[in-house]
Amino acid sequence: MRRWQLSVLLSWPALATLALTVVPVWLLLRISIAPPDPAAPWGAGLTFEAYRSLLAPDSIHALRRSLQLAVVVGIVSVGAGFPLTYFITRMQRRAQVGWLVFLLATLTLSDVLIAFSWQVMLSKRIGLSRIFVALGLMQQPDSLAPSVGAIIACLTYLVIPFTVLTLYPALSQLDRSLIEAARTLGAPAWRAFTSVVLPLTRVPTMVAFVLAAVLTLGSFVPPVALGKPEHWPMSVLIGNAALAGHNLPRAAAMSVLLLVVTALLALGAVRAVRHRPTP
Amino acid sequence: MTAILRRAFLGLLALFLAAPLIVVTGVSFNGTARMNFPPQHASLIWYGNFFSDPGWMSALTLSAVIAALASLVAVSIALPIAYAVWRFNSRAAMALQGLARVSFLLPAVVVSIVYLVFWSALGHAGHIEDTILSHAVVFVTLPLTTIGLGFQSIDSALIDAARTLGAREGDVLRTVIRPIILPYLVSGLVFVFILSLNEYIIAYMVAGFEVETLPIKVFNNLRMGFTPTMCVGAVLFMLLGVLGFGAIAWVGDLPKLLGGRTQGSG
Repeated sequence: MRRWQLSVLLSWPALATLALTVVPVWLLLRISIAPPDPAAPWGAGLTFEAYRSLLAPDSIHALRRSLQLAVVVGIVSVGAGFPLTYFITRMQRRAQVGWLVFLLATLTLSDVLIAFSWQVMLSKRIGLSRIFVALGLMQQPDSLAPSVGAIIACLTYLVIPFTVLTLYPALSQLDRSLIEAARTLGAPAWRAFTSVVLPLTRVPTMVAFVLAAVLTLGSFVPPVALGKPEHWPMSVLIGNAALAGHNLPRAAAMSVLLLVVTALLALGAVRAVRHRPTP
Repeated sequence: MTAILRRAFLGLLALFLAAPLIVVTGVSFNGTARMNFPPQHASLIWYGNFFSDPGWMSALTLSAVIAALASLVAVSIALPIAYAVWRFNSRAAMALQGLARVSFLLPAVVVSIVYLVFWSALGHAGHIEDTILSHAVVFVTLPLTTIGLGFQSIDSALIDAARTLGAREGDVLRTVIRPIILPYLVSGLVFVFILSLNEYIIAYMVAGFEVETLPIKVFNNLRMGFTPTMCVGAVLFMLLGVLGFGAIAWVGDLPKLLGGRTQGSG
């Protein structure tokens, strides 16, 4: 194929990707150093006011909550999603397809509706607390939301299908004879798992963790619907600054901060995977 | 012992994953306007309400149109890139692929601000095409992945055989590559369609006041006060999803489309 044909082939994808990723991010950087003026956000002027406001305690606390949520949801969703995926790949074909369709079906509900159904499930009148009372775990029915636990439960729910989809190819293509060899040599099942399966799937596992963390860092609806303002992470502050406050420069500066944090998290994960010595 | 633990783990997780689906479905059959679960005086009145209310119907139609167009645009971006990467090892295509994947790996709220700024800067905020193009680019990574898997699954001996038998580039594309890629392409379309259908924050930021999609309408309703009508929309989407993915599983090899082992091997 000649060069010009390749150029023609890639012209539309290149135009769309560059125009809708590079240009918008550049504009985001530009507006984050503009004076906050809702009437003319593109007016001339240069100020670091928005970035200075990131040093205020409310922004710092929100960032801390974002990171805590991201790490907890990452650990919980990979902790549950990894064994789930592992078991799924070991099932008969029919059961495998059934689980995959079921997981994909949970993707068809908007986060808005998932958050709402968690509200219902955690409410005092009809929720989970009644089951807990019946089991003797709680004294009397009580509302379990808004709370940090409710936010974590809902986010984990939203993230798990993506965890499974990320881990599925690696775990499915895992060479089973390696596990059988370990077992034949006398390793118990858990030992075969930790010394054969885990090291072979380090990279996809880290990718799944980072994906879970990023989905959490960017989530808006679950913390709003299931948390109080003192639980709100950075993402809610960003949304509110843009929507309620009409302060685009502030929303943009916080977005840039969240981008940097995300990039650091991803880089840290890449380094962790690369530098860990193989056992 | 381990078998029992595994069953318990899978059972609990299945319950966890099914619970919201059951709650939403249950509430949609309520006979009263209160939020009851299990439903009381089971009835279909909210289904009647949903289909007779022009507001809900237009939100549903709007969401479906946006999702359909966004998935087509996403595939139109992903297919040439994936083809150029596979066929020519093109560096430009690989760079584009990396760039196109980035937007899915950015926090959703940040992406929504990015596109709010972008469309406002163009002086074009609040149009349906904003939502469509934003969704297409954010979700393009899904067809890139599925179509990429499809190209990798092509046995190069097949192509060589076709060439040896005198097939030209166009013939190979039409008779060998197209039938292999098609199921992967369709699953990419379905993924974008479903994620776009349910996406809230980006749609809300770029055009939420003018282009009220179903998730936006549901969230606005949640703030105003609850009606079971919104659960009807959810149940319809769920059915659509199960039918869509079920159909793919029925006609194609779902595990293989998701990157698992091919049927029968090993």
